[in-house]
Amino acid sequence: MKRNFLKTPTRRGFLAGSGALLATPAILTSTRAYAANKTLKVGYVHPKTGPLAGFAEADDFIIDGINKIFAGGLQNNGSSWKVEVITRDSQSNPNRGAEVAADLILRDEVDIILAAGTPDTTNPVADQAEINEVPCITTDAPWQPYFFGRGGNPAEGFQSTYHFFWGLEDVIGVFLDLWGQSGAAKKVGGLFPNDADGNAWGDAKLGLPPALSGAGFELTDPGRYQPLSDDFSNQIAAFRDAECEIVTGVMIPPDFATFWAQAAQQGFNPKVATIGKAILFPSVVESLGVRGDGLTSEVWWSPNHPFNSSLTGDSAQDLVDAYTAATGRPWTQPIGFRHALFEVVADVVKRAQDLDSSQAITASIAATQLETIVGRIDWSNGPVKNVSKTPLVGGQWQRDGDRLDLKIVGNSDHPSIPKTGSLKTL
Amino acid sequence: MDWVNVLVQGALLGGLYALFAAGLSLIFGVMRLVNIAHGDLIIFAAYMGLTVVTFTGLHPLLALVFVIPAMAIIGYVLQIGILNHTLGDDLLPPLLVTFGLSVILQNSLLEIYTADPQKMDAGVLETASFPLGELQLGVLPVLTFGIAVVVIASLQWLFYRTAIGRAFRAVSDDQDIAQLMGLNKSHIFGLAMALALAVTAIAGILLGIRTSFDPSVGGGRLIFGFEAVIIGGLGNLWGTLVGGVILGVAQTVGAKIDPGWQVLAGHVAFLLVLAIRPQGLFPRISG
Repeated sequence: MKRNFLKTPTRRGFLAGSGALLATPAILTSTRAYAANKTLKVGYVHPKTGPLAGFAEADDFIIDGINKIFAGGLQNNGSSWKVEVITRDSQSNPNRGAEVAADLILRDEVDIILAAGTPDTTNPVADQAEINEVPCITTDAPWQPYFFGRGGNPAEGFQSTYHFFWGLEDVIGVFLDLWGQSGAAKKVGGLFPNDADGNAWGDAKLGLPPALSGAGFELTDPGRYQPLSDDFSNQIAAFRDAECEIVTGVMIPPDFATFWAQAAQQGFNPKVATIGKAILFPSVVESLGVRGDGLTSEVWWSPNHPFNSSLTGDSAQDLVDAYTAATGRPWTQPIGFRHALFEVVADVVKRAQDLDSSQAITASIAATQLETIVGRIDWSNGPVKNVSKTPLVGGQWQRDGDRLDLKIVGNSDHPSIPKTGSLKTL
Repeated sequence: MDWVNVLVQGALLGGLYALFAAGLSLIFGVMRLVNIAHGDLIIFAAYMGLTVVTFTGLHPLLALVFVIPAMAIIGYVLQIGILNHTLGDDLLPPLLVTFGLSVILQNSLLEIYTADPQKMDAGVLETASFPLGELQLGVLPVLTFGIAVVVIASLQWLFYRTAIGRAFRAVSDDQDIAQLMGLNKSHIFGLAMALALAVTAIAGILLGIRTSFDPSVGGGRLIFGFEAVIIGGLGNLWGTLVGGVILGVAQTVGAKIDPGWQVLAGHVAFLLVLAIRPQGLFPRISG
């Protein structure tokens, strides 16, 4: 019994039809029905204010540039997607970082969440993303504090959270390379604060101490000090007594400035000072005056790195020049990594099988094999799951005309990154 | 010899803490005002010094010629314009207002100077030292200690030998009766704040030469100032110097045992004094 409903309406037919009509809006809102308005939301947490703000100083510049590149939309499976980047400030506070990450995930319903700028930013954001199964990409923190700091198990890894940066083994390699070149006595003074980085670097099993003794260096480590200490006389006395010719550590700028001035006052003059974190930014080294010349440090990225952006084709030097022209400020190492973060996002969006599915996005992140401005990012061959490593070399601040320039002086692990100077002792 | 060095370096550090604390002690002594923004004002003074040095090329210590009067004027205006309106029987409003001031200062500094750590370049003064027996003493720490002693001696002289000092003590003892005797309370308070911020200017510049600073480190400096004031006894200026030295020595001795105990040892010394002598070692005023 087949009847044409339009010609002969029935009660049943009417109810079924009107019910379907009433239900339509629910279907419409639950899918992205408007082809022209497909939007992918990307949340980005960074320490815009507070003590870590130096790490995020280039972010406005980077995000402006990225918005311009993304303005035309990104192609995925034949359709065009608008990308909306929503930034939130962690205020350099891990608790605040977790809060804004939860907000981005639950209220703004972002499809991908990003974070960068020391473990204090990456870890709380990645933890929130892992709980809520939102794809997450982070950078700008050594992988050990990121992975083990979050209770990661190398056998299992994480579900939705991915990270790219270097690790402590790279720092150790770079430092040993620099010290080997310097010809200084193999006696090292260590300054490790009681914070996430200091404890990881100074760790008796996984940190610098076993690696140094393995390479024949004698480490004097007086113990963990509290950050923002006003006096380092005891450490200086211990280093002087042990006749250390090398000083190393991972310090914040005020602590290093205090130590470095007191060392000179109290007659301790090492031949090499290789310090992580404190002398990352040119402004800090400039502020040390003549005593900033000759300090050595790890270099994550520089204008001389032989890499190009997969988005714009620009070289590292081009990106740095654009930044200096736009802001009038000297380049800093995080610039490349911030750009690379969005390179990965664009690549993931292009390859994802289904941008409406967070599993598909996560799978697309995991399958990334991309040459970026900071080197190759590929999560299939990291030291542990969810981690991809970028190259690390050694640098020295050297006076070049009227300003200090970070020269690459040690590249034994990554010879493809050219040296731009040779190591001088202090 | 190691221990002598530890004690001497700690005592010299105490000079800097005493300078942090002198302004706090003065403000509390005269108007019973707990200034939460004191640490940020120290950093503010350091930035002001940095600005003067950058624009004029002067030595940071010479920049004091500009920074001290500027901070004093700011102090007077701040007290007359804002803080006087909050003073009353209740201790809470001025506390909250200075807390707000601290937030405003930090964020304004961040906006103007960015988060870059800054430092003032004092040339050879930073690294110069001289031998004393077997010890090597830095010129800057010794100079800081000397300045602290001079500043406290002058404040002491001002308080007990001059008319304005008498006025300070009068309003401190009883505000209402001092008013009846013809003293203008709000003007006196303004002068006290001006004096306190002038001392803060010195502390800020010396801190800015000694180490690097950024807009967020003020709070950490405040706590040492507070502790020095409490250890020394409220309202007693020489006590503040003793408090600073005790704090400094406790820190270096703690660090000698284990670097992790450095800051902790200072706090423990402070808690011990609070537990045994809640009024501080040499209290001059009661409650």
